Amino acid sequence: MIETVIEFLVALFLLIGAAFAFVGSLGLARLPDFYMRLHGPTKATTLGVGGMILGSVLYFSTRGDGLSLHELLVSLFLFITAPVSAHMLAKAALHLRVRIVERTRGNPDV
Amino acid sequence: MIRSSRFLPHPLLSLTLFIVWLLLVNSLSAGSMLLALVLAVLVPMFSHRFWPDHPRIHRPLQLMAYGLRLLRDIGIANLHVARLILRSPARLRPAFIHMSLDLRDDTAITLLASTVSLTPGTVSADISLDRRTLLIHVLDVDDPDALIADIKQRYEAPLKEIFE
Amino acid sequence: MIALAVPVAFALMALALLLNLWRVVRGPDLPDRILALDTMYVNSIALLVLFGIYLDTMIYFEAALLIAMMGFVGTVAIVKYLLRGDIIE
Repeated sequence: MIETVIEFLVALFLLIGAAFAFVGSLGLARLPDFYMRLHGPTKATTLGVGGMILGSVLYFSTRGDGLSLHELLVSLFLFITAPVSAHMLAKAALHLRVRIVERTRGNPDV
Repeated sequence: MIRSSRFLPHPLLSLTLFIVWLLLVNSLSAGSMLLALVLAVLVPMFSHRFWPDHPRIHRPLQLMAYGLRLLRDIGIANLHVARLILRSPARLRPAFIHMSLDLRDDTAITLLASTVSLTPGTVSADISLDRRTLLIHVLDVDDPDALIADIKQRYEAPLKEIFE
Repeated sequence: MIALAVPVAFALMALALLLNLWRVVRGPDLPDRILALDTMYVNSIALLVLFGIYLDTMIYFEAALLIAMMGFVGTVAIVKYLLRGDIIE
């Protein structure tokens, strides 16, 4: 019984994670300008990988070899670095004056 | 408030090193605990001069509460962004907004900028040279002022309490 | 159930990587390409984690961790080059 529940949870985490990662990449492919594209990968893809890693933690922790939490390190690292690389990319785009969709309100000059 | 001593100049760094080491070796045996402890004491001691100033955390418990709420908000943010991406992109209303900062502490500003990047439809893009204004790009926004008020109340106020 | 979920997740990740690749080729600007490469390394970490579950082994964890670190350093280095024209000042 409990094995079925765990197996179900692992499968659920894997599918949710993969779906988010896919949606993030879809956003990268179909949104119209650079700043909008930035939103997909920084949020959805990071969480997607986080979800899959939760699935992996659950899977390897319940095989009888004891708790296995080291995958969380990857996820933690991604959650810390994703905003930093997004910020730096945005800065570079501002510096290079990348094209912006016309309907964007406000101006990007600090 | 977490205080530093001569023996442990950076308590937070030590704690992080201890946990990360245990995660890396992926075991909780006495041997790896001991090695983690040794590393947690020695590394901050020898890299002491490398860290210019310590962030002062006045309320560690509140920082943890903040982290938990952030995790929940990240979940909500992702559902929100996923819906926006799947909807037709032509209907999105992107905007650049300037948010004046009340925070002065560098660590707090960094945390706020990262928080903004990880939560609903916003990415922090740049910060002015005098560190008083944060430039934010929003994927889809109706009322920019309401969004700024929301960020200030939800994230900036708790950070100000924790760090200043 | 896992036996069904893993191939589906593999397919989704493969599609995601193809979309990223399309963005790398298409551009149109340099930051777009860097962003696409950045997303590709994150997606490949997910692929490695999946592969670990598929083969029932933890041996790929170190590779995933290394890709996470090197990918971040790589992105920052390229962006720094774009911003300053130099990486180590």
